[in-house]
Amino acid sequence: MNVAETVFIDNVPTTETDASPPSVTEQKADEADHVLDTMQTQDFPPPSTAKDQFQEELVIKPLHSGDIYASFQFRTQWDTDFLLGSKVSHYRLFPKSLGQVISKFSVRELHISFTQGYWRTMQWGQPFLPSPPGAELWVWFQDTVTDVDLAWKELTNVLSGIFCASLNFIDSTNTVQPSASFKPLGVGNVTDQRFLRYAVLPREIVCTENLTPWKKLLPCGSKAGLAVLMKSEKLFHSSFHSQALHIRPVCKCKSTSWELRQTLNVVFDLHTSGQGKREWSLFKMFSRTLTEACPLASSSKVYVDITDNPQGELFELSPATPLVSQAVVLGDGRTYSVYDLTDHATFGQTHSLNVLLRWRAAESGEMLRPLLHGERYVAGYGLQTGEIHTLVYNNHPYRAFPVLLLDTVPWYLRLYIHTLTVTSKGRDNKPSYIHYQPSKDRLQPHLLEMLIQLPPNSVTEVTVQFERALLKWTEYTPDPNHGFYVGSSVISALVPSVVAMDTNNTQERPLFSSFFPCKEESTYFMRIYTEPLLVNLPTPDFSMPYNVICLTCTVVAVGYGSLYNLLTRTFQVEEPSQGLAKRLANIIRRLRGVPLLT
Amino acid sequence: MGLLSDPNRRRALTNLLTRLNAPICVVCYLAGVMWFMGLAFEPFTLRTYMSENAMGSTMVEEHFPAGERALATGREFAAHKKKVGGMPVNWLVKTMESRGLEVFTQSFTRKLPFPDENKERYLVRGTNVYGILRAPRASRTEALVLTAPCSQGNANNQAVGLLLGLAQYFRSQVYWAKDIIFLVNEHDLIGMQAWLEGYHHTNTTGGDWSPLHGRGGSIQASLSLELSSDVITSLDLVLEGLNGQLPNLDLANLFHAFCQKIGVLCTIQGKLQRNDWESTSGYSHSAQTMMLMVLKQASGRPWGDHGLFLRYHIEAATIRGINSFRQYKTDTTTIGRLLEGMYRKLNNLLERLHQSYFFYLMPSLTRFVSIGYYMPAFGLLAVILLLRVSFHLSDRRGLGVGLTRYPGVLSILTPVVISHMTGVALYCLPVMSQEMAVQHFPVSETEAVVLTAIAIYTAGLALPHNTHRYTLPLVLKLVALLYLAVLLGCTALINFSLGFILALSLVPIAAFITPHTHKPLSAAIMVLLSPGCTLLYCVLIFQELQETPVSLQDGWMLFLSVISQGILDHSLYGSLVYPLLALLIYPCWLLLWNILFWK
Repeated sequence: MNVAETVFIDNVPTTETDASPPSVTEQKADEADHVLDTMQTQDFPPPSTAKDQFQEELVIKPLHSGDIYASFQFRTQWDTDFLLGSKVSHYRLFPKSLGQVISKFSVRELHISFTQGYWRTMQWGQPFLPSPPGAELWVWFQDTVTDVDLAWKELTNVLSGIFCASLNFIDSTNTVQPSASFKPLGVGNVTDQRFLRYAVLPREIVCTENLTPWKKLLPCGSKAGLAVLMKSEKLFHSSFHSQALHIRPVCKCKSTSWELRQTLNVVFDLHTSGQGKREWSLFKMFSRTLTEACPLASSSKVYVDITDNPQGELFELSPATPLVSQAVVLGDGRTYSVYDLTDHATFGQTHSLNVLLRWRAAESGEMLRPLLHGERYVAGYGLQTGEIHTLVYNNHPYRAFPVLLLDTVPWYLRLYIHTLTVTSKGRDNKPSYIHYQPSKDRLQPHLLEMLIQLPPNSVTEVTVQFERALLKWTEYTPDPNHGFYVGSSVISALVPSVVAMDTNNTQERPLFSSFFPCKEESTYFMRIYTEPLLVNLPTPDFSMPYNVICLTCTVVAVGYGSLYNLLTRTFQVEEPSQGLAKRLANIIRRLRGVPLLT
Repeated sequence: MGLLSDPNRRRALTNLLTRLNAPICVVCYLAGVMWFMGLAFEPFTLRTYMSENAMGSTMVEEHFPAGERALATGREFAAHKKKVGGMPVNWLVKTMESRGLEVFTQSFTRKLPFPDENKERYLVRGTNVYGILRAPRASRTEALVLTAPCSQGNANNQAVGLLLGLAQYFRSQVYWAKDIIFLVNEHDLIGMQAWLEGYHHTNTTGGDWSPLHGRGGSIQASLSLELSSDVITSLDLVLEGLNGQLPNLDLANLFHAFCQKIGVLCTIQGKLQRNDWESTSGYSHSAQTMMLMVLKQASGRPWGDHGLFLRYHIEAATIRGINSFRQYKTDTTTIGRLLEGMYRKLNNLLERLHQSYFFYLMPSLTRFVSIGYYMPAFGLLAVILLLRVSFHLSDRRGLGVGLTRYPGVLSILTPVVISHMTGVALYCLPVMSQEMAVQHFPVSETEAVVLTAIAIYTAGLALPHNTHRYTLPLVLKLVALLYLAVLLGCTALINFSLGFILALSLVPIAAFITPHTHKPLSAAIMVLLSPGCTLLYCVLIFQELQETPVSLQDGWMLFLSVISQGILDHSLYGSLVYPLLALLIYPCWLLLWNILFWK
């Protein structure tokens, strides 16, 4: 990752707490004690009434394809306000580097994700937190910010330094202000899109160098708790890797508090990581087992999705746990076995927990088709024009629902917006809302937002033609023949839930509860990303300057030279030369002083 | 630049060109032919070398172990194919799914304009099955393709077996950075065309196919595998694609490099590499190889399933296993290792293949002739036309009346329009009037099409020649010469071989045809050098070079089938040779014919 330009925060006062978090995370075993000491010596409230808390959890979900999905979530919550007049200078669990960023740039919400790989919705179902391939950053600023663009620019550079990523490549050519797709997720009532910035870097490659700074933001670092499982050699030996960070204000109902949510999602592949055997354990996935919870965590749990396996007929889970939790996740009622790491009994005799899932049958049942699913590709051939096709699938058998489609296309693909068509089931499907911001060459990308109603059980196809621009020769990347990336489209929707779809009442429920579909479960919010596109632009042969020089020189020498010659030469009639006899005679005449012969 | 500024020297030059015009033209023609023949002489050619860094220095290892199992899969495939009597779609889907691929199918229907008698098909229905190996942590932006055709009879079962074996082996590897698409296409090129058009959502030839549901982003390279025996003696590389397009030379280099590394005999045009270039037989061997490539390229048809990929700027080649009577045999494991190595190197590509040449001829697998070397051969032929133009312009006494009494542009429009109408008839009528022909004559549809084409072609010769009473032969000749020069120049830029072959036959008649020459002899020469006869010679020479010489009668039958194939190629895949010949080259030749029969 190139971090060409990094603005460091230097005007935020650093006080006596310099040695406390985030550098706490770098210290070894007795962190908790150290923090306690710091707190007591500085006369802060004792930890029992501390207004911050930290929770960690890991969800393991066996997928129908035989792969396994592991999702870590770490939540730090702090009842403080970075934005009030008093400078926040003492940090306990909340990472200081981020706190300073929030107060300096008056950030209201910050969502950043780094993803390597594409989430295969059709094989894996829905992820808990979706993210597009590459880096995605969207930020809501406070309405007190006067120059949002400047704050955004500085913020991206600072984040670039914090996460060791090329976020500094975010500039006006890939930043947009979506009007509807990205609403604030925390409390607050500002929804003016002027304070929102959204950017995606589809080419960003995520690797260890991004993971390490991300891990350092955790109160226990990777020394204790669930984070010990995050060894990069295993995390990056997977089909999908995504790490994200979300900061938002949440309501504690008296005052606002800040929530920092760090998530990491990994999918391990059956054939490469699992050697083709349907048998997964923590050790096989992460080459580590769990031995303790993070001492700073108020809750630390491991969930295993056993919805498809209520009686243990599909796979065997060991060690067995009596704790079972039920939740509605993405519109679907799920059942989880829970391991509470704060309870010593969980670790048993061996003082370690290695959750093991062993399949009894080679095949698992058919997966329910995901209700919403998107696809995108470039159609056509040649280097002049093309067509972007976006397919949105509604697999719900009888319910239509609206989706918001957000497309950001770089300026060098010149969209012919008059060719925009939206068709479902062979008929024109007129979007009820269109927000289009045309591009400006070298300044801003195209932004297209549409609200489309998806008929039940249908494929909606959105097509728009484009022309490929010829760039200036300095604007090509060092590898121009690789192609240029177009970021993923974002499809946001309120999807009817699977629970409500279940009219057959296959699940045991009391009769009195099941006549009308339950209201609060009837829809849920979902966001999916399509794949990014790789588009080839007309690329000159970069040995061309040499050829041009040769050709120009030749043309100048031959063409211009001879023309110049013709124009400047004076033409004279050549006198016929005198004969030899006459010349001799003249010499004699000159000697004699007689007038010469002519 | 005394030549331009000095009126005396300029006059001298003009005089020289006018006086020695005919000898200079003859010399140019001979020099062009000599130059072309010299291209196959080894000291004049360049050695191939790998230009692409990402494929050159990176070391890959090949470990593919499962050749025997692949053959077993191939036999299983053959059994299912026989049972179903076509593509065993369900079996393929299940097998690919069990190997961990995402599997999709595409069905297509294609009605040919007239029955294809070579392959015995008219209404084609089929299904393509393809599985995508998703590269870990890749975002579906790039893909590589490996295809094997599901052919009729017992052909290519081993290829499908090896494809499935490779899919299984590749699936358990971690190093893939691009998705790999394993495609089994039915009805060879028709299925391939349907799949490619589905993938890119285009429809250039009016086929009917179902849309694809799985894609892997932009395809970077593709290999087609044809393998019909358990062991092979050599692998043949086929490069020529639609409209004479060729893949980047690095793909050929990659193939050759791996054949060398693994120790497999490799050929191009079915001809082995020879080291005795000094000897006459060595030279004639490489000349034959090159001539074969020229003829194949000039035909403009895809010579393997890879040929259609080239339109989409996807570098593609066909690898064909040959089993002859040679002693040294190569087993399937080795071919698997070869393909594994090639795919691993293609997987390492950071950019599309673009470093090496796209325009080249290959006299052997290790030697190539780049565009800079072969173009002069064509240039020498094309310059004759320009010399003749300048000759006629300067020598105003030639061909009767001078330009001073210029009769107006409109007068030459008549012959030009009539010739082109004949061309349009030649292009449209054969396919359109087949039904009528079948009703009235005892021929099959295919014969009807071909014979109609020949009839129209011949009828064109008898078109009225005296309609242009007020036209001047000189003007017509100048127009014809310039027209031909532009036509051949453009053709040679796109498809050198076609341009060169046409220039070889058309330039002499264009240069020396006048109304005053000896008519019966000239007419005979003109007919013998007409595009149709050139095609016949090409067919005969091609058979000769392939070491399967045919008698004149078989040659004629072959000639007829080549015409029908050309028309089919045009309507099925969009090959441009037939419309080029019918709509442009043939009318141009008719213009020359008109000049000859000037009254």
